[in-house]
Amino acid sequence: MASKSSVEIITEWDIVAARQLGRNEAKALGFGTVDQARITTAISELARNIYLYANIGRIEIERVDTETEKKIVVTATDQGPGIHDIRKVMEEGYSTSGGVGAGLPGVKRLMDSLEVQSVIGEGTTIRAEKWLR
Amino acid sequence: MAALGREKMKQLEAQYKKILADYIVNQTEKNLYIAQNFTRQLIQKNISPEDVISIHKNAIAEIFPDRMNEAQPAYDFLIEVMVHYGMAHREHQSLLQKQAEYEMEMKIATSIQKALLKTHIPKLSTVDIGMLSVPARKMNGDYVHFFYHRDDYLSVAVTDVVGKGVPAALCMSMVKYGLETLEYAYKEPSYVLEVINRVIEKGVDDSMFVSMFYGCLDTQRNMFSYASAGHEPALHYNAKQDQFVALEAKGLLLGVLPNTKYTYQEVILEDNDIITMMTDGVTEFRGNDHLNSRQIITSVIRDNKYLSAQQLCQLLYREIEKIHGFDLSDDFTVVILKK
Ligand SMILES: Nc1ncnc2c1ncn2[C@@H]1O[C@H](COP(=O)(O)OP(=O)(O)OP(=O)(O)O)[C@@H](O)[C@H]1O
Ligand SMILES: [Mg+2]
Repeated sequence: MASKSSVEIITEWDIVAARQLGRNEAKALGFGTVDQARITTAISELARNIYLYANIGRIEIERVDTETEKKIVVTATDQGPGIHDIRKVMEEGYSTSGGVGAGLPGVKRLMDSLEVQSVIGEGTTIRAEKWLR
Repeated sequence: MAALGREKMKQLEAQYKKILADYIVNQTEKNLYIAQNFTRQLIQKNISPEDVISIHKNAIAEIFPDRMNEAQPAYDFLIEVMVHYGMAHREHQSLLQKQAEYEMEMKIATSIQKALLKTHIPKLSTVDIGMLSVPARKMNGDYVHFFYHRDDYLSVAVTDVVGKGVPAALCMSMVKYGLETLEYAYKEPSYVLEVINRVIEKGVDDSMFVSMFYGCLDTQRNMFSYASAGHEPALHYNAKQDQFVALEAKGLLLGVLPNTKYTYQEVILEDNDIITMMTDGVTEFRGNDHLNSRQIITSVIRDNKYLSAQQLCQLLYREIEKIHGFDLSDDFTVVILKK
């Protein structure tokens, strides 16, 4: 079974809605409190980036629950300016908050995988997964 | 960083619960010491702060099941807060790993530089040559290069990069290859400086400057011709008159302007004369300004002029090292030629 739901990110409060959706889905799939908190924090970072850099966009949460696979897939999409140097952004210590482990490298560590696709002037899609073990 | 398996986590939880329960009953220092050792284990296994809170929460839930109703939200709140500390903790860990990689690379780079910039001191029947170069840190910012043709010509370049560490070492490699492309032009000091100046000006960052003293000894004519690009003057010991003369030559540092011209001078070398070339690591006494470096160098040479050129270099190093309290802050390089 796979179910998808999403939240439009337009105002800062939509970040809260995205967090809530992510937490509910993670809980429903059977993640423990700590992993729920991790998934929610990751969603929060992605949604905040949309809000800050692309103004508007969307967070989609997919719950995959089959015999062989149980995971949460978070996809953040926007039609914003795009990311100039993805490699640099994924480097430790590059984020503007610097040295507190936040930003995209932090998201990657909270989740099990992170994929960034971005075209300058067209937008950004970031896909992150966390598997239930 | 792979998450710890469920089984391993359960094991840690059981251990933690036991240690905590013991403490709650006895509250002794020994209990806390055991806790400390356990924490060490947690850190070694890369357990992040939010996991520790969760372990604690679960332990409390088992020890005081009836209190959990009120405490649960507070623990969950703390887990949420600690996720961020966990991120910082993991970043720290991965930066540490990166640092270890850099250190390894640095070590390799240092040994490559050593091999690359190794100076071979030629042996000629017409002149006694000594050379000593000791870096203050890992990488040497000084470099000496010799050219010779049979016993007839000996040229020497003494260089000092303004700046330290890796950039200086890279720049020095360029100087070396610049010098090696000179082929037969090595007998003309001003020409050499002009060529190397162009190499550095074109190829290296604007903040990188090099000083060089370049001398060429024609052993048939007993003529020493020299030019300098912002470098320490060499000292000429005239044995007959028992006097020292500074071989000063004006010239801009290498790498400042593209078409700098350099002039050269000549001096006749008589038997037993000594030429001493050096970098500012030999002459500068930081914090000991009252000491006259020229006086120290000249008296060491005059008092020991019967030693070989190499022995003189070593003696000079020992004397100056002593003055600095065996802690030289700059690269030390000296070259001595004895007729
Ligand atoms: N959706 C996006 N659209 C355009 N640019 C983005 C987007 N997400 C991130 N970026 C760019 O990537 C950079 C790095 O983002 P990241 O989230 O890692 O750090 P940060 O937002 O600068 O700081 P932090 O998240 O730690 O407060 C941002 O500064 C921004 O320039
Ligand atoms: Mg961000």
